[in-house]
Amino acid sequence: MDQVEAVFREERGRLLAALARRFGDLDLAEEVTAEAIEAALLRWPIDGVPPNPGGWLMTTARRKAVDRLRRDQVYAAKLAILQVDADRAEAPRPGGEFPDDRLELFFTCAHPALAAEDRGALTLRCLAGLSTPEVARAFLVPAATMAKRIVRAKAKIRDARIPFRVPSKDELPERLPGVLQVIYSVFTEGYAASSGPYLQRLDLAEEAIRLARILHSLLPAEREVAGLLALMLLVHARRDARTGASGEVVLLEDQDRTRWDHDQIAEGRALVVQSLTGGPAGPYAVQAAIAAVHDEAPTFASTDWVQIVALYDVLSALDPSPVIALNRAAALAFRDGPEAALTLLDTLADEPRLRDYHPYALARADLLQRLDRRTEAVAAYERALTLAGSDPERIHIRARLADLSNA
Amino acid sequence: MKYLLLINAGELDLSGGAVGCEPADWMRFDQEITDAGVVVASESLADLVTQTRVQVDNDGKRTVTDGPFAETREVLGGFYVIDVPDLDVALDWAAKCPGSRAGGAVVVRPVAEFPGA
Repeated sequence: MDQVEAVFREERGRLLAALARRFGDLDLAEEVTAEAIEAALLRWPIDGVPPNPGGWLMTTARRKAVDRLRRDQVYAAKLAILQVDADRAEAPRPGGEFPDDRLELFFTCAHPALAAEDRGALTLRCLAGLSTPEVARAFLVPAATMAKRIVRAKAKIRDARIPFRVPSKDELPERLPGVLQVIYSVFTEGYAASSGPYLQRLDLAEEAIRLARILHSLLPAEREVAGLLALMLLVHARRDARTGASGEVVLLEDQDRTRWDHDQIAEGRALVVQSLTGGPAGPYAVQAAIAAVHDEAPTFASTDWVQIVALYDVLSALDPSPVIALNRAAALAFRDGPEAALTLLDTLADEPRLRDYHPYALARADLLQRLDRRTEAVAAYERALTLAGSDPERIHIRARLADLSNA
Repeated sequence: MKYLLLINAGELDLSGGAVGCEPADWMRFDQEITDAGVVVASESLADLVTQTRVQVDNDGKRTVTDGPFAETREVLGGFYVIDVPDLDVALDWAAKCPGSRAGGAVVVRPVAEFPGA
């Protein structure tokens, strides 16, 4: 049964996208997609799986949509104009195969006219096939709150008529980063949960990778999509080594590198090469390259810090954000020593984005400890403790504080 | 589908125009959007100081007041109603409008459609 569900989860996104584009309405598309899958689960075990399962589902869903519109004339009238537009726009497809419109749906779900917080939710719901309660758990909000947000976003798509379309070649540089950002923000929440009992939420990180894989298959020539997928694979490859037996934080320098997922690293490295070839690199490609340099080092001591700092220089030029400056400084500590890195960190002290960002306080604390400036290190750890989100992060910081007072 | 583009002009310079959007820019934009055949209605509004507010309470008593005068620098200066296929096209016109520049903003709002109307 689970296997069947998994097949449908994949098929569901394609079906939903095609129907949303056809009828210009996500609600109707979701409703008839669910009904078609339900019908398949009922019929296929008896009648056998049809020769073209996708086509069967599509025909069934369309028929159900037409039935629904016949029953509800007001609703039909509301959608009538949209339907005409969609029909006109629909180009004939070779071989009569049912079209893959998921790329359209990606751009609709990540449309800048939607609230930023709704874009990730909608993408998980429509393209990763998560139920509303699952999306609510992903964003740690009550199911009712999430249901309201999804209804609001779908209503805006319908009533403001946000189109189901792929931006043209010259619009793409402006619109694609928004889609990548949605996927990456799902991943980062999975990589380091902003609150709760666990450091990582592997299910979320895996959903993000799944979404990036779909997007990469739809836009194989877009190097930043390859870069994002590479970055996530290369970071996610370390998941098993990042926490200890009781869920505690294990720092990069203490990780058992034999527990890294080396198949995933190999896949990520191949994608990095792809994302860095054929023109100037984008920010995701450069971040993926940094992750690759870490993953390639057999031990922490053999990490190529010169290369990593140089890559951070490239990244800072592309995307001069304070968080990247912080990461660059942390890498610089291993190339030029803690003193130089601390000087750099202190120049960032007034950055509003870093003021309440616990990794900043933690990085400072670590450098101060290395420099044996204990009182200041304690203060910095205490600051990090008040800002840290997940329980394992707080436990880790308390342990560092305890080490300091025992030493 | 019809969209209302509400033009909130940006900072004004000494001659009363928004910085960086010359009258020539507005004329060029108006010509372009008119030639595209999408304009349903458009007006630019008289100066804010001419604004008057009317309210009628439950007893039918009318209250007329001078103003109100926004304290922000963004002031509604005019509007277009355009008929275009979808939000992306409306947003493209809004981005072309000089009112979206120099600290100003154009707010895009769909006009409600009533089935059967």
